[in-house]
Amino acid sequence: MIPEIGNFSLILALLLATLQGTLPIIGAARGIPSWIALAKPVVQGQFVFVLIAFFCLAYSFISSDFSVLNVANNSNTELPFHFRLAATWGSHEGSLLLWVLMLASWSVAVSVFSKQLPDDVVARVIGVLGLVSIGFLVFMLFTSNPFDRLLPAAAEGSDLNPLLQDFGMVVHPPMLYMGYVGFSVAFAFAIAALLSGKLDATWARWSRPWTIIAWVFLTIGIMLGSWWAYYELGWGGWWFWDPVENASFLPWLVGTALVHSLAATEKRGSFKSWTVLLAISTFALSLLGTFLVRSGVLTSVHAFATDPARGVFILAFLVIVISCALLLFAWRAPKVGLGGKFDLLSRESMLLANNILLLVAAASVLLGTLYPLIIDALGLGKLSVGPPFFEAVFVPIMTPAIFLIGIGPISRWKQMSLPALAIRLRWAFGISVVSALITPFFMGEWKPMVSFGLLLAFWIIVCAFVNVKHRLNNSGEGNLLTKLSKQSRSYYGMHCAHIGVAIFIIGVTLVNSYETEKDVRMEIGSKVTVGGYVFQFNGTSDVVGPNYKAVRGEISVLKDDQFVRNLYPEKRTYNASGMAMTEAAIDTGFFRDLYVALGEPLSNGAWVVRAYHKPFVDWIWFGCILMAMGGITSITDRRYRLKIIKKESTAARVAEPEKQAEGTPAAVASATTKVELATETTKV
Amino acid sequence: MMRYLMPLAIFMVLAVFLLIGLTLNPRQVPSPLIDKPAPKFQLNQLHEPDKIMSSEDNLGKVWMLNVWASWCVACRDEHPLLVQLANSGIIPIYGLNYKDERNTALQWLKRYGDPYAISIVDTDGKVGINYGVYGVPETYVIDKEGIIRHKQIGPVTVDSLEKTILPLIKELQNQA
Repeated sequence: MIPEIGNFSLILALLLATLQGTLPIIGAARGIPSWIALAKPVVQGQFVFVLIAFFCLAYSFISSDFSVLNVANNSNTELPFHFRLAATWGSHEGSLLLWVLMLASWSVAVSVFSKQLPDDVVARVIGVLGLVSIGFLVFMLFTSNPFDRLLPAAAEGSDLNPLLQDFGMVVHPPMLYMGYVGFSVAFAFAIAALLSGKLDATWARWSRPWTIIAWVFLTIGIMLGSWWAYYELGWGGWWFWDPVENASFLPWLVGTALVHSLAATEKRGSFKSWTVLLAISTFALSLLGTFLVRSGVLTSVHAFATDPARGVFILAFLVIVISCALLLFAWRAPKVGLGGKFDLLSRESMLLANNILLLVAAASVLLGTLYPLIIDALGLGKLSVGPPFFEAVFVPIMTPAIFLIGIGPISRWKQMSLPALAIRLRWAFGISVVSALITPFFMGEWKPMVSFGLLLAFWIIVCAFVNVKHRLNNSGEGNLLTKLSKQSRSYYGMHCAHIGVAIFIIGVTLVNSYETEKDVRMEIGSKVTVGGYVFQFNGTSDVVGPNYKAVRGEISVLKDDQFVRNLYPEKRTYNASGMAMTEAAIDTGFFRDLYVALGEPLSNGAWVVRAYHKPFVDWIWFGCILMAMGGITSITDRRYRLKIIKKESTAARVAEPEKQAEGTPAAVASATTKVELATETTKV
Repeated sequence: MMRYLMPLAIFMVLAVFLLIGLTLNPRQVPSPLIDKPAPKFQLNQLHEPDKIMSSEDNLGKVWMLNVWASWCVACRDEHPLLVQLANSGIIPIYGLNYKDERNTALQWLKRYGDPYAISIVDTDGKVGINYGVYGVPETYVIDKEGIIRHKQIGPVTVDSLEKTILPLIKELQNQA
């Protein structure tokens, strides 16, 4: 019964999505107010039905209803509660439903938080989101219905893929999908702007916070995925340039370019058609990512659920959506006109250079990812492209982009003088060079590549400090604190994200150059020294988990004859599937991780044990978190907040004194933001 | 206008490649063993552990070697097809029980049916290595002279059986 309710809800959601994707757009084009007004209630209805469907599926998983095919294939009565819940989106069908649910959530969020936008704009945006939603609902209902029955019911489910039975699995896909799907909002804003023919700074202002939120989710999603691979796969790596990893990285790269290009469009009205093209590309890459993961055209460690028949559908959908969007672009963009002029040396050109570099990087990653497929399609044989290609290509392209991170925020809009910039940054450059040359000695050994990596990281950090100091000097009277509080949150957000990049680079550079690894045969009592730590193998014991049996090794870690801690790596065998899994044991520290994994059993209780010493590896993920925090900080900026507060107060019609003080009338609000903009441009 | 159509053109080229990609199978790695003599083995049988089966016993007939294990989920997928094929009597199927435990393997065959003329036991997977087994299940078609003619990676499907494997078997059986 419950699965049927879910199925019906999905059908109803599809009908509502069809309304949502047609009437509001036509209404906005023809100026029919009642059709425009339809957008919000319809999208909210669609959301409710998708939510019901999702709860129905979650209920089927939690109650282990093995008469549902999807549940029988991906769950098991022995599976602990939280993994049964996570199994809801562990399968192909379930992850599609999650995708649709998130799309509906984003759409509802647009309908709720866009009260300050003109009704026809909101109607168009929601309409475009409705069209995207139709595609996914049709896909789900016709090729991969999560509620398909299995009659007679299975006695027991065949279990969730053990790789996915992990906390990382509970949170990684939702975050990643929130990012992927979030870019559909940026896409919808871009298409709405093309449809209306009004591509201006206001449009950029509206779509910017949405884009940044999507970017934040994607950043966190990728970070969680990387962290999960690190401790779950047992290979000790954190990024493998696997096709599916690349599929999530591509929209991130182009999305990062979009975030920067939107800044230029909002503040200076430049790059208008470029920004629109980036918004379309980002979403296209999100769809491409879905296609690559779900169709099985590329082999990957992530190919959990692949089916070529489904691939045809996603590809058709991708082609329809993106070619319509690009046709619309080709038709409208020539009329957009150019934005404000700028010199060769200006913040605009810096942002443009950053955009191009990010796009070239994305293009090379895309090429590397699809190259095996292209070669195969041309009948030239089979091959695979591995990390050496990506590292050789990606690093040199990103190096100038990272150098620009330092200069960009310091340079002026429109034009600036090179000598002035050089004078202001000569100390920054000197400090970063000297410290980058010295620091590797503290790590025990000087290596040129380490100094180079650190130079880039220190450059970003020192430039950020120079920038803040300069800004404070020009912030009028007052002590340091009042001056600091005068700066906008988006300003702090930007520096936070940039410093995140620096921290990330430090982590990557140090762990790549100084990590040590030993793969040894260990008998009970034998010792091995890795990175100054002594690992002593104390033997293994058998452990029984809720749905697996495991061999657990005990390894004591000592440093300078001082006991540090015991580590317990496991080798698990899952009951239902019989799959073996390696659970690494990790001692996390601020300056290093100690990582131990069990290899193969040998005779007499001896094991092959892999032990790693990984300096600064956690900085990689910490850097990502800083980037995400930077994004979050910048969207809480006053110029986005003011309008919402204003709306809240008028909507509630309560004359609270505090709210009155904050809730400035519209004219004043826009005036303040204008003033703020003006000061920002002059100050910098 | 033309300038603005460039993104569309690039996208279309990409889409064409993706479409072709869909018709290809990335898992279909050409095996270096095709048209080479099947690696020889002498292994204990599953049902009667003290009996030995040798690869040379099958010289003179076309046969299939199916690599399977009770721990392999995909094997359950292809199993009904193998049982059907065995019942039709078209070709004898020999099972290579790969890195498995005897008792669970026997139970598994009892539960899902036993299509194998003989199952042989490759506990440590050494024969599997000689045959270049990537993962279970895999199926080899071997001709009368003991030469590997086809390798199927992953489960046998109705499609692969009807389009590739059965015609090939017919052709091989008709050879002198």
